[in-house]
Amino acid sequence: MPSTQTLAPLACDSPVKIVATRDAYGSALLELGAKRDDIVVLDADLSGSTKTKAFSQAYPARFFNQGVAEANMMGTAAGMASMGYTVFASSFAMFAAGKPWEQIRQSICVPELNVKICATHAGLTVGEDGKSHQMLEDITLMRVIPQMRVIVPADAVEAAAAVRAVAETDGPFYVRLSRASTPVIFAEDYKFELGKGAILREGTDLCIAACGVCVAPALQAAEELAKSGVEARVINLATIDPIDRDLILDSAERCGAILTVEEHQIRGGLGDAVAQVVVHGKPVPMQMLGMDNAFGQSGTADELLAHYGLDAPAIVARSQELMQRKA
Amino acid sequence: MVLADQAILEIRQTANQVRKDVLRMVNAATCGHPGGPLGMADFMTTLFLQHFNLTPETLHNEDRDRLVLGNGHTCAGYYALLAAKGILPREELMTFRKFGARLQGHPHRNADMGIDFSTGSLGNSLSVAVGMAMGARLSGYENRIFSISSDGESQEGQIWEAAMSAAHYQLGNLTAVVDFNNVQIDGHMRDVMNVRDLKLKYEAFGWHAMDVDGHDVLAVHDALEAANAVYEKPSAIICHTLIGKGVSFMEDQPGWHGVAPNDEQLALALAELEAAPE
Repeated sequence: MPSTQTLAPLACDSPVKIVATRDAYGSALLELGAKRDDIVVLDADLSGSTKTKAFSQAYPARFFNQGVAEANMMGTAAGMASMGYTVFASSFAMFAAGKPWEQIRQSICVPELNVKICATHAGLTVGEDGKSHQMLEDITLMRVIPQMRVIVPADAVEAAAAVRAVAETDGPFYVRLSRASTPVIFAEDYKFELGKGAILREGTDLCIAACGVCVAPALQAAEELAKSGVEARVINLATIDPIDRDLILDSAERCGAILTVEEHQIRGGLGDAVAQVVVHGKPVPMQMLGMDNAFGQSGTADELLAHYGLDAPAIVARSQELMQRKA
Repeated sequence: MVLADQAILEIRQTANQVRKDVLRMVNAATCGHPGGPLGMADFMTTLFLQHFNLTPETLHNEDRDRLVLGNGHTCAGYYALLAAKGILPREELMTFRKFGARLQGHPHRNADMGIDFSTGSLGNSLSVAVGMAMGARLSGYENRIFSISSDGESQEGQIWEAAMSAAHYQLGNLTAVVDFNNVQIDGHMRDVMNVRDLKLKYEAFGWHAMDVDGHDVLAVHDALEAANAVYEKPSAIICHTLIGKGVSFMEDQPGWHGVAPNDEQLALALAELEAAPE
């Protein structure tokens, strides 16, 4: 089948630029604040870390610190949204998705309000803070709620584009952002589209589907696999809900096997979302990389990704195993 | 503004009608919560007829008042008042809790019905009202935001997060009305989990707070006026009420929190309300 898909434009900087997606969020918010009076921002005593502080300094009348009270923050966000505002609410992912889950469901998603939860410090790459702060269940918790849409940007370029996109699109969103500085993958002319995945590398032997900080190691792994003659298609599935069914089914058809990679519990995360499409549309062997029903621990981001099998060498090894299962 | 005798009479008559509507609605649904709305009927009717400026004409005005019914299970009374104000057709009341009806078992936000927020999960309401009050002030509106909650709902920690935030942001446009009837599902509130003195608690959080007899229409009216006169802080009105008020066999009975009267009980209750002095 001839490819009708086009490759996303990738950055070719040397040396590679390293930026955290939370920094891109802070900058994008500042730009949006200048353009739109209806944008307000809430934060739960973490504005320095979530990077909403720049907005708070530029637009103090439209920034409301909520103190360490995340349940109230989500309800307040809903109330402001019901008065016509586009509300961004930020905290660490653990406290933005975990603690106020019920408020998000009842007060934001049931009434379908215009609240954008931008949660930073998600996943293992929080690092040294350890398991209490390593949110590994938020994709599951958010994608299961009707009306909620979930985006996990792969780099700073995509994060900024995603923040602009959610500001322009009515309804609830959860944007998962990282603390750690990670490689910039996309070129500046990359066009982010809600609900659409992006092909970063073409190949027909297997498909590696990743999101967030796991996209860069997935690309490295694909280059490594090519040295042994295995050509992997690499896709970035930033929008986990609604997932890009067409791209997943096309990848299953073309490659015959799919490996998913995420810094999140396997149960309910990206891998599950992909599997739900695959089993209904085009069953092929799959392998899901992520946290296998475990909590994390303290360490550097790189140490943790390596320990839990989410770095490039682990992706190479698991890809080779998956190739064996491809009949 | 002092209430004219005619206005007081209208409130009492409407409250009596609300009680009858609630009983008929819950009976027809064969399930629901009659006790709360009977107890709240006097202060809710005072609020709806004299203060909350929702009318068919203001329904879609962005700067009209807002109301969040935190104890959403008491919505039979809320719907009856929306009908009394001409927002809902009266005949729709009997669709309450039925499949396909707009009158859901707990309120769902609907701009055409004047229902400003979806509620039902206790504890979430005051935060939403705080957000509305912040949004209203940022927009330069001079409207009022009313939050209705209960003593039982005050056991939820989020209420106190919201109370802290409302005082911090000096939300003078926010009035929290609390139905204090000392009854919750598992029994009397003082036995299940005593919230004690809510007026003192709200004052300690930085609010202007008042205790009133929730069945004294004039006292409730005065408290709502006093709340509106305080600009620098939010106001809490703790309305002390009797659950099931107006129907002798329901008064102060925790069992009538969430049980529908059968046809015989309905007839007895309606007869008592018909005979009630105005």
